[in-house]
Amino acid sequence: MNDFQFHRPGKLSDAVALLRKAPEGKYLGGGQSLLPVMKLGLAAPSDLVALSGLPDLQGIRVEGKELVVGAAATHAEVAASPEVKKAIPALAALAEHIGDAQVRNRGTLGGSLAHNDPSADYPAAVLALGATVQTDRRRIAADDYFQGMYATALEPDEVITAVRFPIPEKAAYAKFPHPASRFALVGVMVAKGPAGIRVAVTGAGPGVFRQAAMEKALAARFAEDALSAVVVPSAGLSSDPLGSPEYRAHLVGVMARRAVAACG
Amino acid sequence: MARGGIGDSLKRKEDARFLTGRGTYTDDINRPGQAHAAFVRSPHAHARIRAVRTEAARAAPGVVAVLTGADLAADKVGILPAGWLIHSKDGSPMVEPGHPALVADKVRHVGDQVAVVVAETREQARAGAALVEVDYEVLPAAVNLVEAIRPGAPLVHDAARLNTCYDWHLGDKAATDAAFAGAHKVVTLDLVNNRLIPNAMEPRSAIGDHDRVTGDFTLITSSQNPHLIRLLLAAFTMPGTPEHKLRVVAPDVGGGFGSKIFHYAEDFVVLWAARRLGRPVKWTSTRSEAFVTDAHGRDHVTHVELALDRDGKFLGLRERTLANMGAYLSQFAPSVPTYLHSTLLAGCYTTPAIYAEVRAVFTNTVPVDAYRGAGRPEATYLLERIVDVAAREMGIDRVEIRRRNFIRPDQFPYQTPVALQYDSGNYQATLETALRKADWAGFEKRRAEARSRGKLRGIGISTYVEACGIAPSAVVGALGGRVGLWESAQVRVHPTGSVTVFTGAHSHGQGHETTFAQLVADRLGISPDAVEVVHGDTAKSAFAMGTYGSRSLAVGGTAIVKALDKIVTKGKKIAAHLLEAAEGDVEFESGRFVVKGTDRAKTFGEVVLAAYIPHKYPAGLEPGLEEGAVYDPMNFTFPAGCHVCEVEIDPDTGSTRVVAFTAVDDVGTVINPMIVEGQVHGGVTQGIGQALLEGAVYDDDGQLLTGSFLGYTMPRAADVPSYQVATETTACTHNPLGVKGVGEVGAIGSPPAVINAVCDAIGIRHIEMPATPERVWRAIRDARKS
Amino acid sequence: MPSISLQVNGKHVTAEVESRTLLVELLREKLGLTGTHVGCDTSQCGACTVHVDGRSVKSCTMLAVEAEGRAVTTIEGLATDGKLHPMQAAFHELHGLQCGYCTPGMVMSAVDLVARKPDASDEEIRAWLEGNLCRCTGYHNIVRAVRSAAAQSGGR
Repeated sequence: MNDFQFHRPGKLSDAVALLRKAPEGKYLGGGQSLLPVMKLGLAAPSDLVALSGLPDLQGIRVEGKELVVGAAATHAEVAASPEVKKAIPALAALAEHIGDAQVRNRGTLGGSLAHNDPSADYPAAVLALGATVQTDRRRIAADDYFQGMYATALEPDEVITAVRFPIPEKAAYAKFPHPASRFALVGVMVAKGPAGIRVAVTGAGPGVFRQAAMEKALAARFAEDALSAVVVPSAGLSSDPLGSPEYRAHLVGVMARRAVAACG
Repeated sequence: MARGGIGDSLKRKEDARFLTGRGTYTDDINRPGQAHAAFVRSPHAHARIRAVRTEAARAAPGVVAVLTGADLAADKVGILPAGWLIHSKDGSPMVEPGHPALVADKVRHVGDQVAVVVAETREQARAGAALVEVDYEVLPAAVNLVEAIRPGAPLVHDAARLNTCYDWHLGDKAATDAAFAGAHKVVTLDLVNNRLIPNAMEPRSAIGDHDRVTGDFTLITSSQNPHLIRLLLAAFTMPGTPEHKLRVVAPDVGGGFGSKIFHYAEDFVVLWAARRLGRPVKWTSTRSEAFVTDAHGRDHVTHVELALDRDGKFLGLRERTLANMGAYLSQFAPSVPTYLHSTLLAGCYTTPAIYAEVRAVFTNTVPVDAYRGAGRPEATYLLERIVDVAAREMGIDRVEIRRRNFIRPDQFPYQTPVALQYDSGNYQATLETALRKADWAGFEKRRAEARSRGKLRGIGISTYVEACGIAPSAVVGALGGRVGLWESAQVRVHPTGSVTVFTGAHSHGQGHETTFAQLVADRLGISPDAVEVVHGDTAKSAFAMGTYGSRSLAVGGTAIVKALDKIVTKGKKIAAHLLEAAEGDVEFESGRFVVKGTDRAKTFGEVVLAAYIPHKYPAGLEPGLEEGAVYDPMNFTFPAGCHVCEVEIDPDTGSTRVVAFTAVDDVGTVINPMIVEGQVHGGVTQGIGQALLEGAVYDDDGQLLTGSFLGYTMPRAADVPSYQVATETTACTHNPLGVKGVGEVGAIGSPPAVINAVCDAIGIRHIEMPATPERVWRAIRDARKS
Repeated sequence: MPSISLQVNGKHVTAEVESRTLLVELLREKLGLTGTHVGCDTSQCGACTVHVDGRSVKSCTMLAVEAEGRAVTTIEGLATDGKLHPMQAAFHELHGLQCGYCTPGMVMSAVDLVARKPDASDEEIRAWLEGNLCRCTGYHNIVRAVRSAAAQSGGR
């Protein structure tokens, strides 16, 4: 790994200023996505600006009809949070199964969303729940935030501070882990809430996406068997030795039905 | 039984250092003045090297030297040899291309080593390696095993026509043809034994050192057999270097499973670089490097046919196999699909006629060599699969067809038609115990219960015989082996009665420091705490062959026993003198030398002391108490057993869970049951890994698609169940302990048990390994369609 | 080069490190604590697991500079007064290790689980150990050891 300048700002504004000054700076959350990428030489930033200690990024709380999770919240904290378990138990359950225990102790919500791995779990939750990504300068709707593989609406110097999840009536996440990597081979989050009925799929394709046909079917009737008639196209889905596009398409259907069933 | 004696589950002596972080693996060692090496490796499966430009790397910070294949060729060193010569059917020797430790002309697999950069730090060496520019002319690659032998396929080595290394056969073709001609039924099956990547948890590491004053070389390396590495260095890769000036140390080694037997390029390169630079040079593999440089395992494509009579008795068996060698011949590679494989095709059965044809094929992939089981898992798999298929097609119960064909206990010694003579075994006993422990009879109830939950449950059985304790030197010599496969031991009794054992066997997880101490404790009647086992250093132990093929106890342990016998014999002489009795009247029991029929005795300690302070001592007898012995086995040993696997499949996703696994193995006399069970647990897990999870996949260009733990599925804790493990013992008849070997049985017996269970659950004839969720889902879908 | 100070196994440590230095490199190369191992380069095998402020992390996927002011515990710091930690003792008693390479990470991970969930079932133990690969033991005796250590710590 190439060397770089490491910064640990005390204030959010300092973090942004540091990044702007850096020739090729990157923010560092819990490092569970960025450091592996850097170790493999796929990223070589000149500067890393650590965000995890910033006061503005901390905390998990309910504000009105929203659950607000600070960007620096680790997966372990979200999984164990009484607020999350009460407001959106599906989100706590999802966090409980991200990566492995050690990754959950370091990885953060903000880091996961900024990296936007096409097989990550959180993007499915953010998209299905119709959450809003709060940054240091604006609020970005989930539908605008995710822009394909590793791509997001964030400006290079923009910092996610929190994610605001509208509390749904019901929601559930079903994941079929990739046998080797344990990322989602296919993960489907289904939610019925203020944002309507939304179905978000991760792992299957080059980025998280909504499954419109399923949403329509569930809007007509929110039941597992309402999905039986939905054909999931395999075109454009990802492929590797452990999951062809056809298989992934099939799993989208299975996981969606399981998520609906788990919604109760 | 005495504490620490034979049969006691003595807790391991080696645990204390491993549990407290005090183990010493090669990468934990640093030598003063040490530099670090990083390799420039081919990104292409097959390419001609037009030029290697090293200027930028040489100018990089911290870089000490850049060495290339041209430097190696100029020094006339570094050609890695094959250790086994196989002859083709027509009598011609195998095609045996040399494997240069750094290639100069042509790269032949992704990961092939082109140059090495030595620098002050590991990071600087890696940064330097990234700056070496290699101008490649990319060539078409021969990647697929079946396509590689077609006319017109790209040639990995020009000398190997149709990429064929050898085309070998074994058995009586005419007799087998006759058996098939007269058969009531012939069953055929095509199958693949999937390519595996060993992935011992400790990546390989090596430190080379050279003292310019004394001329002494030291290689510290993560090896299963330091003496073999020294021999190969002296005889092949560093010709002209006197063997006595070479010391090879294999300290704590973090697992091997075969992959650390071999003399790898990096072992040589760090020594060579150390000599050229006059300072120690260290290299440690990254896991990504390990995936493309550690020898892979298995990789057979096989057609098998079984001829049966009306009652389901096996009349004949034919095998036709393509065995992947990869791009070069690794040391044991030629022997694995031949003498370690087709010789096992009788299995537990009385099949009278067997004929095997094995064609070894070069491809532009990582070399393939021995991996836990080495040839025997492949034999067991094809056999136990076709037996299940035969049972299905003849409407005979799967257990019954095996019982009908078993070699009976009264038939031992049993001469198979494929060269081996089994000395002992009781296949009925392991079968019946396994069926009982697995509650085979109650399975249908469990299947029905699973069905009520929407799950497909299946049960599978496999039986196996394997050959280990490799091996009688005369036999391996006759079969093309280029080394002897005996083992040595020295037992040094210190004046105050404690003992150091020097063994050529190497422990990299097997617990020899404990098991071997138990042998000594049992024989001499002393505490195992008073025994220290020394291994892994050519400067300490006498020449020996190391650890692989489940040979450490059967061969290395027997050498220790022979040395202990000499200790006791000498002790009797001393005791007889001290007791003023005839030597023939002195017996040694429970740590005491006793004059037969009397209460006159000397303790072991008294006799030892007398040996070192020989004030009253037999005339003509040398003082001291230290004996060495060498054991060259008279036959292979033949562990056998029965594995039963129960799986549950989620038909919606194809996900298969092993819900129960029972292994009943006959490994001969058990010294430490706890360690034996641990070996079975580990082996079975690798077998379940092969059956359901693991498989190396190359794309058409020869890129390894499963080149990290992100793509290659390693068995994790949640992928396997808790196991039921038991032993049934028939003693080996030709070694004094009656031991057979346990290291590989788990990996040999389990894959067919798992696949047989999967096929049973779905109700299909066959499914290829690894039975991944997608494969199983497709199989279920296809079965439902038809 | 940044200078960092932290607690390692209860002792105050100050070290000069490059920004890119990983925590595991600090431990192994600067502090000589070679009990923490590296078994992969993709953050999966868990051989490098240590505790940072009492929680298990992969020290190959954390920068040394991120450990500034933190308390790091490695396998070398687990035994107290020469007495094995109950988890170490259970691994010894129940043969939860063979080659020993994954063992330090496995033990550190298991200690974190038991602290968090002393009544974990076998299934929960197996799920928790997803981030720790072992190639030798088949996990059977590791699971038994974790269960046994948990029982001794008052879980069951």
